[in-house]
Amino acid sequence: MGMTIAEKIIALAAGVPEVKPGDIHTVNLDRMMTNDGTTHLTVDMYYNKIKNPHIADTKKMVFIVDHNVPSDSPKTAASQKKMRDFAKAHKIDFWEGQGVCHQIMMEHYVCPGELIFGADSHTCTYGALGAFGTGVGCTDLLYGMVTGTSWVLVPETVKFSLTGQLPEGVYPRDLMLTIIGEIGANGCNYQVMEFCGDGAEAMSINDRMVLCNLAVEAGAKSAVFAADEKALEYIRARGREPKAMFASDGDAVYAREYTFDLAKIQPVAARPDFVDDVVPAKEVCGVRIDEAFLGSCNNGRIDELRVGAALLKGRKVAGHVRFLVVPASQAVYLQALEEGLITTFMESGAIVMNPNCSVCWGSCQGVIGENEVLISTGTRNFKGRAGHPSSKVYLGSAATVTASAIKGEICTADMLCCN
Amino acid sequence: MGQTVIEKIIAHNIGAAQVNPGDIVTVNVDRVMIHDIFMPFVADKFAEMGFQKLWDPDKVVLIYDHLVPASQLDDTRHFRVGDAFAATYGMTHVHRSDGICHQLMTEAGYVKPGDVVFGTDSHTTTYGCVGAFSSGIGYTEMASILGTGTMWIKVPETIKVVIDGVLPTGVMSKDIILRLIGDLGADGATYRALEFSGSAVAAMSVASRMTIANMAIEAGAKCALFTPDEKTAEYCEITLDDFPRSLYGDGDASYLNTVTYQAEDLVPVMACPSQVDKIRNVSDLAGTVIDQVFIGSCTNGRLEDLQAAAKVLAGKKVAPFVKLIVTPASRKIYQEAVACGAIKTLVEAGAMVTHPGCGLCCGRTGGILSDGERVVATNNRNFLGRMGTSKVEIYLASPATAAASAAAGKITGIY
Amino acid sequence: MEQFTGKVWVLGDDIDTDIIIPTEYLALKTIDDMKQYGFSPLRPELAAQIQEGDIIVAGKNFGCGSSREQAPEIIKALGIQCVIARSFARIFFRNSINNGLLLIEQPDLYDVMKEGEAITVTVNQDIDYQGKQYPIASLPDNLVEIIQAGGLVKAMRKLNGLD
Repeated sequence: MGMTIAEKIIALAAGVPEVKPGDIHTVNLDRMMTNDGTTHLTVDMYYNKIKNPHIADTKKMVFIVDHNVPSDSPKTAASQKKMRDFAKAHKIDFWEGQGVCHQIMMEHYVCPGELIFGADSHTCTYGALGAFGTGVGCTDLLYGMVTGTSWVLVPETVKFSLTGQLPEGVYPRDLMLTIIGEIGANGCNYQVMEFCGDGAEAMSINDRMVLCNLAVEAGAKSAVFAADEKALEYIRARGREPKAMFASDGDAVYAREYTFDLAKIQPVAARPDFVDDVVPAKEVCGVRIDEAFLGSCNNGRIDELRVGAALLKGRKVAGHVRFLVVPASQAVYLQALEEGLITTFMESGAIVMNPNCSVCWGSCQGVIGENEVLISTGTRNFKGRAGHPSSKVYLGSAATVTASAIKGEICTADMLCCN
Repeated sequence: MGQTVIEKIIAHNIGAAQVNPGDIVTVNVDRVMIHDIFMPFVADKFAEMGFQKLWDPDKVVLIYDHLVPASQLDDTRHFRVGDAFAATYGMTHVHRSDGICHQLMTEAGYVKPGDVVFGTDSHTTTYGCVGAFSSGIGYTEMASILGTGTMWIKVPETIKVVIDGVLPTGVMSKDIILRLIGDLGADGATYRALEFSGSAVAAMSVASRMTIANMAIEAGAKCALFTPDEKTAEYCEITLDDFPRSLYGDGDASYLNTVTYQAEDLVPVMACPSQVDKIRNVSDLAGTVIDQVFIGSCTNGRLEDLQAAAKVLAGKKVAPFVKLIVTPASRKIYQEAVACGAIKTLVEAGAMVTHPGCGLCCGRTGGILSDGERVVATNNRNFLGRMGTSKVEIYLASPATAAASAAAGKITGIY
Repeated sequence: MEQFTGKVWVLGDDIDTDIIIPTEYLALKTIDDMKQYGFSPLRPELAAQIQEGDIIVAGKNFGCGSSREQAPEIIKALGIQCVIARSFARIFFRNSINNGLLLIEQPDLYDVMKEGEAITVTVNQDIDYQGKQYPIASLPDNLVEIIQAGGLVKAMRKLNGLD
């Protein structure tokens, strides 16, 4: 019987010819990523709870400091130091202040066909390159680090056929928020979201990242695109070769199938306090904002920065709005510098920070206060996510967020241009 | 009898022929600076005092810099209080994310030679770089100025500091002021004005003078003064008229004492943990392993500082496991640094460039450290616990020394 | 002549305002919220131990550093009735006067003072410690005016015809 992409990746990692949903297999992990959210906990357990501490393969480990950068407290500093010292002692690849973890992973590590664990929920991003990435906690990460393996319950796959093209001014983020709005926050619980169809094939790697990255917000274990020419081009430009190039078989079995006509998608916003409370953006236009955020592993790449800069050229950020613009990696920052985007952001009155999780993480940079309102390109808008429990977070595309920053209230880009 | 610079400024301000050290006078304030961190306290005291309006809204400048971007839940309350105060009392000069207060006050043209300026921050001495009398005060005193436009001061004695000659390569104005603070001690200039002159001073850019004036408070000084010259005129975008031109120390003026340096004798130095006056030569400290470097602050976050750092780091990388944080002092400087390629060089070397603001210097966020960590920083204070726990060691240095240390992963000079 | 007695806490030279109240606490809403962190980088238990009426005796350059007025406010809120030091930093000095915290410069007491013992202060005259008198100077007239008005806020309220 045919297999889906996810099943093929798991079968390869398990060293078996075939797997089906519901099976439990032991897999060899191709790579493990952990960031400054929980690595210090993994390190503590490694030293205190394991009889024979050893690392199966240090070359498969990647440690990335991205959440609280630059460090905001002695407590943060101590946990980062623990992580740094461990990486130094065990010769583990260590990245600090170079960008958001998933961006670093995509730029430097992920290969099609790989099975990757990350100690961060948005590890599902790597499906954009035809890999199987999934988020785990510090204990699973520890087990993987020590043994090089883990158990996996093979998930079902849900097919999302994307047809046609997004209209002008509508972005992959609008598409993914629309999908999550329709299927709900547990719409793909424990399943893999597989994107296919002519609309999916036409998407750039960037756009595929935007979709896969948010899959966990629909409860998914992972998300994936078929590994194709675009994936090959992306990794070869960075000196890498694929592990395997998988597409789903014609007779693969799906738990459910959806079709989305991209031409029908419009700009949307997710309202506080739920990612799946998605409405047309026009319905929330007029809501006064205090802060706007352009960045994150979802929308902090050059494509989104270009959209923001294009809207800002010749305009200013509204006087009362704090507009934080945070490129997702140093490579993105340098490209934005080259293209004059950083200059545009600075001229317009935006606040440009070093590559890090920033406002999306909501703990130490661009924290919003009592009763304040944020519109963001981050991944979540749960209650208190970006600061004070009374504060409210709306999610929107880079275009909607930037237009709102200019207007001082939620506003779509086309409404801005007409004024 | 002749007058020192501070005596001339104060006498001119109060319309007297002359003043003497020790005189208690009431000055007419030309401009005040309030920043975000103390704004709520200023607003409270102003209300408590019962004032109904500002003496002159045009003379008040409000700058958000310590809390940009916000790092704690309650930080933005300071912005809301500030914005409300500005709106209520008709203030137009509000800078919400343009950079550090002391950089903006002269950069944006709020301070002119000969002005009398007070600010709610100890480093308000910075504006002496353009020949203004500027000094730091508390928020209660600031509230009283907001209502009355005046403040009592005691005319300080002046210590004359002469720096002649040509600075050796690799020695920056930061090394000069650290040397001076080391020689005077942390209270060596308490209640005094520091008046700077000499051929090396005349040769210095206004930016370099700013570094020196900025740190005068670390020797306890009330203010620092530089004679306005063509460089000042160009920086302030004005023509100097008679009064600013007269702001030099008279030959027969009475000074408490004179300190002289020959620029050729100066070497790169650092302030060691945890006092600003604990000065040692960089060459004696070389080899000390470090964890982090910070280049920025009102002391050393200007274009010439970023360029000095970029020159050292061109083609090099920050040492493994060492963090380099660069924070330009203003939006304008950030853009200039982008235009001249300094930002590109620094980022390619591995620096994290953050938005213009106080950043790590004020110790709330921006690179806080933990027990056993060591940082080289270009700011003005290394007090115990300033950048993290009381077991963090902070070394103050020039941008060139800081950049060289970042590449080496240990304290080192540029050779 | 005003006279008072208090138990002494001894601090060293160059006690700076980052020690008196670290920057990370400056966005707390009130002085009462902040005072528990007073002196924490140097002596974390001190704030909780200080009682109403205690006195601080310190070395040179007390209060150097930042202009944060929370420094003298917190010292006052903790119950300290006066700070005696070899010398004071100037911004701290003004801020203390404006808040009614009595500061006294005395060059020799610090050399002999033992923490936990009591001293008696006679304002504008001397300090009595273990039977020996240490002379203190009078404050300038204009500062006496501010203190007599009850601090700068009260002086300004008077100016505005309140109270």
